[in-house]
Amino acid sequence: MDLLAVPRLIWEFLVYLFTVMPDLLPIILSLATPLALGALCGVLGERSGVVNIGIEGIMLMAAFFGYLTGFALHEPLGTGVALALGIVIAVATGALLGLLYAWLTVTVRADQIIAGTMMNIAAFGMTGYLNRLVITPSGRGGAGVIPPFHLPDQLAAIPFLGPILAMFFDQGPIAMSVIVLVLVSQFALFRTRWGLRTRAVGEHPKAADTVGINVFRQRYMNVIIGCAIAGLAGAYLTLESTGSFQNGMTNGRGFIALAAVIFGRWTPVGAFLGALLFGTATAFGIIVNVRPADGDLGALMKSIPTFWYAALPYLITVVILAGVVGRSTPPAADGIPYAKEGKG
Amino acid sequence: MKDWRARLAPTWSKASVPVYSIVLAFAVAAVVVIVSSAFTETGFDPLLPFAAYARLLAGSFGSGNAIANTLVSAAPLMFGGLAVGLGLKAGLFNIGVAGQFLVGAFAAAVAGASFATAPTIVGMPLAMLAGALAGGAYGFIPGYLKARTGAHEVVTTIMLNNAAALLLTWAVNDLVRAPGFSFPRTADIGQSALPILAGRNLHLGIVFAVAAIFVIRWILDRTVLGFEIRTVGTNPNAARYAGMRPIFITALTMTISGLLAGLAGAIQMLGVIGFYAPGITASVGFDSIAVALLGRSDPIGILFAALLFGAFRAGAPLMQIETSVPIEVIDIIQALVILFLAADLIVRKVFRVRAPKVEITEMATVTGSWGTGTPPPGSAR
Repeated sequence: MDLLAVPRLIWEFLVYLFTVMPDLLPIILSLATPLALGALCGVLGERSGVVNIGIEGIMLMAAFFGYLTGFALHEPLGTGVALALGIVIAVATGALLGLLYAWLTVTVRADQIIAGTMMNIAAFGMTGYLNRLVITPSGRGGAGVIPPFHLPDQLAAIPFLGPILAMFFDQGPIAMSVIVLVLVSQFALFRTRWGLRTRAVGEHPKAADTVGINVFRQRYMNVIIGCAIAGLAGAYLTLESTGSFQNGMTNGRGFIALAAVIFGRWTPVGAFLGALLFGTATAFGIIVNVRPADGDLGALMKSIPTFWYAALPYLITVVILAGVVGRSTPPAADGIPYAKEGKG
Repeated sequence: MKDWRARLAPTWSKASVPVYSIVLAFAVAAVVVIVSSAFTETGFDPLLPFAAYARLLAGSFGSGNAIANTLVSAAPLMFGGLAVGLGLKAGLFNIGVAGQFLVGAFAAAVAGASFATAPTIVGMPLAMLAGALAGGAYGFIPGYLKARTGAHEVVTTIMLNNAAALLLTWAVNDLVRAPGFSFPRTADIGQSALPILAGRNLHLGIVFAVAAIFVIRWILDRTVLGFEIRTVGTNPNAARYAGMRPIFITALTMTISGLLAGLAGAIQMLGVIGFYAPGITASVGFDSIAVALLGRSDPIGILFAALLFGAFRAGAPLMQIETSVPIEVIDIIQALVILFLAADLIVRKVFRVRAPKVEITEMATVTGSWGTGTPPPGSAR
């Protein structure tokens, strides 16, 4: 090893990153999509004072029922209609579970962490049960995936700009909707009456109640909207990304989304950036296998086993969470059920 | 007669909600089974849940073998339930039992294989120790991070579950793969296996598990450490003002919790599985959470809850084979039990229970510390 080996490796690594950029960028957004949508669910809920660790389960359940809809209807109705209905059913599944979750945490005042855990176990059991009962024995496939849009070649060929455009526009409709949803939520949360009420209810429910804001209604609304978005994340997994359903296919994404919420300091845009970061970690693990580097760098990168790259997003989540948490403040009433005076 | 009732009353007031929750969970799961039967080839069958539950009972208590299976399935759940329950006592929600279980099972498999020809009295304890230490180390990580930085264990432990599965797959593939097998796995544990006490498979691990119940009960009720754990769990601020070290207690409790989960993996490895191969499933992870919540994080409660869920796991395969009701119905029942425990309002309305509300008060500490290292003042309900 000569003295210049390390700087040269770093330089080679940067060059490598630059060369794989056109391949890397488009996968980043698609990998970040379920995380970003799940994180939006977390932000909307927690801003109103409801912690939801059941995002994972809600995503899984929505993924399954979306898939089931496509699976059952694509023969009689055609693929396009079946997929569209699948998305609708997935979002509705999310909203319904949101209603259940809101009832549990807001009305019954059940512990939110336990209620979320229940949601995850229920989703795992219910989808596994129906998968074994209905889908596996049929031996048939689902409705496939929603075809992605394609950027015109002239645009994709533009240096620098092309890959970035491709990242956002070489995608299916759900992945593309993420940006819109993030911006709309950001605006709604900080620039509208609804957002002000949400934050008031999440920071100081008693004060909000005193000035006539209906704390329960606000929390119900936020949890249900959030869970509908988590349902969209589920739809993305089965109807836009893979086209199939496997038991437990959410694979911890709902929890990475929660880490993205904390990373993004409970703002939609911040959480989206967090999701992009985790998406990048996952995308990197894929790209080093698909487009391996050459030379010394390639040898070094090949010496790291594939499973380490696969574990990278999970490990990064732990590290980032440990580094960020103390320095960001959650909504003051996050996780605490609200009881009107005299009714506690 | 009256005296007998009066003496049972306090126990019943604690156990009534859990028992009714189980009854209600079975009833709702029966509805799920009936409704879903309409979508199968055999068609709508309103009597299917009765047949399924009968098979479940037969598979778990119907014969000597079935009872042995129940005990064998319950043993790791006792360790796992204790792991979650002990964490809860300190206001920590360890949902990383699945990962710590895998790490413990792997360490026990590797250690067991290297002592495969040594006498059981030497190899078995060393393999158990390896599993316990590995699980403890894996529990220490989220415990330390929670204590030092406030990274919430609910997220970090789940992430470590996923990481454990991947990294252990790598370890089996690249580090300790035994030669002569068509798939990646560790070598045989040979003499390190837990001795069989009776029948075909009733191994010594069940004795260890029951012993652990009483050891943890003793620690919690009779030692300074137990007192500190409980104080940190109910009110971390008060604990700090009283001169206890919540940071130390948090890290230590997660380590012990991980150690117990590692032991769950070790006895499963040394008593049942015999070698580590990627994809060994750990339903123990979720089951342990249900066991701890159902047992109200009390060691004796955990003992009974573990026996119950052990019975489910032991009976489920027979149920699936003979009635085609998928074994995942157990997970549904589990979730429903937790649902009715969390929303005990439902149970109280349905069964007109008047007993006082028994809450796991430490959960307020768990939820209150979301996003921050310590719960905000006044978060305890």
